[in-house]
Amino acid sequence: MSEFLWVIIESTIKAVIILTLIMLVYGALGVYLERKISAWIQNRIGPNRVGPFGLLQPFADVLKLFLKEDLVPTAANPTFHRLAPIITLGVAVAVYAVIPFGDYVTIAGRNIQLGLAPNANIAILFVLAMTSVGVYGITLGGWSSNNKYSLLGALRSTAQMISYELSMGLALVGVLMVAGTLSINQIVIQQSNYHWNIIYQPLGFILFLVAAFAETNRAPFDLPEAEPELVGGYNTEYSGMKFGMFFLAEYANMGTSSAIMVLLYFGGWQTLVPGGWFGFEPGSIGLALLQFVSFFIKIEIMVLFFIWVRWSVPRFRYDQLMNLGWKVLLPLAIANVAGTGIVSLLLK
Amino acid sequence: MTLEYIPLVFMLVFGFGIATVFMYLSEILGAKRSTKEKNTTYESGMTPFKTARDRFSVKFYLVAMLFLVFDIEIVFMYPWAVQFKQLGSTGFIAMMLFIVLLLSGYIYVIKKGALKWD
Repeated sequence: MSEFLWVIIESTIKAVIILTLIMLVYGALGVYLERKISAWIQNRIGPNRVGPFGLLQPFADVLKLFLKEDLVPTAANPTFHRLAPIITLGVAVAVYAVIPFGDYVTIAGRNIQLGLAPNANIAILFVLAMTSVGVYGITLGGWSSNNKYSLLGALRSTAQMISYELSMGLALVGVLMVAGTLSINQIVIQQSNYHWNIIYQPLGFILFLVAAFAETNRAPFDLPEAEPELVGGYNTEYSGMKFGMFFLAEYANMGTSSAIMVLLYFGGWQTLVPGGWFGFEPGSIGLALLQFVSFFIKIEIMVLFFIWVRWSVPRFRYDQLMNLGWKVLLPLAIANVAGTGIVSLLLK
Repeated sequence: MTLEYIPLVFMLVFGFGIATVFMYLSEILGAKRSTKEKNTTYESGMTPFKTARDRFSVKFYLVAMLFLVFDIEIVFMYPWAVQFKQLGSTGFIAMMLFIVLLLSGYIYVIKKGALKWD
C-alpha cells in the first residue's frame, strides 16, 4: 500500500513538472519560435514588443485568449462542441507520460526515472493509441460546429490522419524489429555509444518524418486548415481558449512527434558529448542534466526543421496527398519492413 | 507490475482535467456580449443557408474502411516485430506470406480505383 502511495506522490510531482514543460517549452517557446522564424524567412521583424525580444508574446497571447468572448454558435451541438477541444488537448498531454527525459537520478538510495512511465512495456502502443484518439477531437469539433467549412476540414483532416497513421505504424515496425522491445527507454538504452537507430533505419526515419508532418496537420500537409478554401478548417467556430486548446495541442503534438523521432532514431537522451568528459557518474544529477539538455537540443533541432519546412514548402493538392500516403509511403514502408528483415537475417 | 501502468492512467486523468479546467476558465473569464448575429454560423459573411448535416463524399468512408483493415494488420505485426529475432527465418517467411496476401488485397483496392481522388 505504501508503494502505491509513493507511486501516486511521485506521479503527481512528475506530472506537474512535465505539464509545465509542455506549456513552456512546446507551447510558449514553440509558438514564439514559429512566429519569429516565419518573420525572418519572410523578411519581417516578428514579435518584439512584449518582454525582451518579444519573448513574453506567447503569455500575452494566452491571457488574451482566456479573456476573449467564448462564442458557441446557436446551430452547434453544445455538448460535443465543448468536448472536442478537451479530447484534443487531453490526449496531446497524456502522450508525454511515456516519454523519458533522461535516464535516472539516485536520490536517497532510490532510482528515480526522469519520466512518468518511461519503462512501460506498452509505450509505443500507447503513443499510437493516443494519436488515434486525437482524431476524435478533430472530427467531433468539425461536426458539432454545424458549419460547412468545419465539417469539410474535419473530414479532410480525419482522412489524412488515418491514411498516414498506416505508414507511421509500419515505419515503427522496422524500429521494433531492430530493438525487439516496445519500451521507449529500453530502445534509447540500446542506442548508447552513438549507435543511433537512424543508421539502421534511414528509410524508416524518412517515412516516419513525412507521416509525422501529416499527423500533426502541418504544412505541406495542412489541407485541413487551407485558409483560402476552408477559412480555418475544423476550428472555424471556436473562439477564446477553446481555440487556444486546439492551437496548444497542435504544438504539443509537434513536440511529441519530434520527441518520438529523437527517441527512436537519434538516441533520445543519450548525451551529445560523453558524460565521462565531465566525470559524471551514472545516476548523478550532473549526468541527468546533461542528458536532459542533449534531449532538449535534439528536439529543438527537429522543431526548427518542422518550422523551416512549413514556411518553405507549398501546400499539396488533396489527391496528391492521398496518393503520396497510400501509393508511395505505404508500399515503401512494407518494403522497409521486408528489407530490414532480410538484412538482419543475413547478418545473423 | 500493474503499478507500472498507474502513471499512464494518471497522466490521462491529469491531461483531461487540465483541458476541462481550461475550457471552463475560458467560458467564465471571457467577455459576454453575445448578440443574435454574433451567434450565427460563420459563412464568410453570407447568411448561412441550410445546415452542415449533409451528405458527404463516399470516398472518405472508403478510406476509413480501408484504414481499419490495414491498421488491424499492422497492429498484428507489432508482437511479431518485437519477437522477430527469436522467431528467426521461419517467423520471417510466415510474416512475408501474410504481407503478400495483404498486398494482393492492396493491389485489388488500387485496381478497383478505391483510392482515386478526382
